[in-house]
Amino acid sequence: MGRTIIEKIMQAHSDDPAGASAPVKAGDIVWMRLDARTARDFGGANVVKNYRAHYGDAPVDDPNKTFFTFDLVTPANNIPYAVNQQICRDWAKAQGVKVFDVDMGIGSHVAMEYGLAWPGSTFVGTDSHLNILGAIGAFGQGMGDQDIAFAFKAGKTWFEVPYTIKVTIKGELKAPCTPKDLTLACLRRLGASGALGQAVEFYGPAIDALDLPGRITLASMMTEMGGIIGLIPPSEEVLAYCRGRTGRDTFTAIHADPDASYTEEIEIDISNLEPLIACPPKPDNVKTVREVAGTRVDSVFVGSCTNGRYEDFAAIAQVVKGQRIKPGVVASLVPATREVYARMLHEGLLETLFEAGFIVSNPGCGGCASGHIGMVGEGEVQISTSNRNFAGKQGPGDIYLASPVVAAWAALTGELTVPKGGIQ
Amino acid sequence: MKRTKITGRIWVLTTPSGKLYDDIDTDMIFHNRYLAITDLDKMGQYSLDNLKGWEDFAKKAQPGDILLAGKNFGAGSSRQQAVDCFRALGVGAIVAESYGAIYKRNAINSGFPIVVLPNLTQIYGQYKNGDQVEIDLETGQLMLNVEQRFQAEPFSRVQMDIYQAGNLFAYGKTLGQD
Repeated sequence: MGRTIIEKIMQAHSDDPAGASAPVKAGDIVWMRLDARTARDFGGANVVKNYRAHYGDAPVDDPNKTFFTFDLVTPANNIPYAVNQQICRDWAKAQGVKVFDVDMGIGSHVAMEYGLAWPGSTFVGTDSHLNILGAIGAFGQGMGDQDIAFAFKAGKTWFEVPYTIKVTIKGELKAPCTPKDLTLACLRRLGASGALGQAVEFYGPAIDALDLPGRITLASMMTEMGGIIGLIPPSEEVLAYCRGRTGRDTFTAIHADPDASYTEEIEIDISNLEPLIACPPKPDNVKTVREVAGTRVDSVFVGSCTNGRYEDFAAIAQVVKGQRIKPGVVASLVPATREVYARMLHEGLLETLFEAGFIVSNPGCGGCASGHIGMVGEGEVQISTSNRNFAGKQGPGDIYLASPVVAAWAALTGELTVPKGGIQ
Repeated sequence: MKRTKITGRIWVLTTPSGKLYDDIDTDMIFHNRYLAITDLDKMGQYSLDNLKGWEDFAKKAQPGDILLAGKNFGAGSSRQQAVDCFRALGVGAIVAESYGAIYKRNAINSGFPIVVLPNLTQIYGQYKNGDQVEIDLETGQLMLNVEQRFQAEPFSRVQMDIYQAGNLFAYGKTLGQD
């Protein structure tokens, strides 16, 4: 019997003495070695608290594989967060653990930029969107504070090997549709629990053609489909990126066997895809932008781990260049990382977007986790490029989720607008 | 050995229109505005306070109470508080048709009993708030008001091992995994 990508990754990381010979299959529980264990600025203080309670001052399993990434409230704008961040810093210093501090940006993206994850590697942390690492064919998983405290100390954890759904995308992605529209098409098909507890493997020419930012967008919303992880077999471009970032070439792309066993095989045809939008109050409440066109928009948020890459902001600049956003619309941009911000600065994007009337913030998660950018008041309508629009999550207003291109058009017109022309 | 049969009175988590709630996410269970709270004793009071119709749940709940919910309970974020707030209130168990993956792990790792009852969506009408249930964690047998029997999924091996040990940390020690 052939094996899926997730079965192969977990086999390769099995710490079971018998694991090397016994094949790992879906449904098995494995003790899995973790190539990286992380915590962020919430969760982090609780991880430290749990660690101290159970292990005292004992050293972590491996300080070189243990990291903090501060990305939620950066820099701290309230006292509890400031206190929690400092608890993590002090503890990390004593343990010899590296902190990617409040200036660095979203941890899951830092993981790729700094080579902390690579195709086939295992990575856990307190961010529920760490499965974004499926974008490079790695296993990333968000876990709770106790789980992570245990991982810090043990260097491994138990995991039930997930079953896998095979999703094949038919047709090509054509402008003005973007990887976000492809992602929302998958969410529309699978729903909030369509991949519950399972892994998904993505195939098809449109998938092969995705650049890394597009892969990140798709992988980032597996959480909203209930999935453990969405794995995208790495392209040559992705492999080259990861080799460059890790400084190593000891890994290869992990592929499923042709006779691997799937619980379900789904085809999604995007030949006639049009721009999509997730309407309040749930990410899987997906409609076409056309259906809700004309809805008033008060604020725009572009960023988050889903759409916070340089290419996402470049797409906005392409739409708005030389124009001003609609007076009265508040539009905020939050680059995912410092590296993204630097490139925006050095390549002139910052100026274009600033002149168009956008607020450009320092890197981080932005509004997604009650952060410092992107809350909505009662009656306010926001279009956001992030991944969740649950009622009340970012305040009492209504949040629509769409691509940076749709967000840019909304910023220009002050209403939900079907993008025109072949903007890519 | 901890008891593997637990009993309690139930709360059926229904929407304002009377349907069993699906996709109750972690922001509805324990809203992100309370995330800076790390003290277990302070968490209970905020349980479900962002779930429409259940804002006052923490005031109504009594130790040992058992919650019934629909599909994908605990969807969303990885926050441990969404499990711990129920532990803080003394909630005895949660029974749902399915759970968010991270939530399931967090509950199992903290030794908090969560039980999967397939098809709960079809049969929840037979349950009402205040009914007594007894759940056998080992066999998955669920008795409603002593007489009616339903079959839930029994605990998995790891789930039972961690439950018996108390939590993941204690279980890790029994395996020499720490």
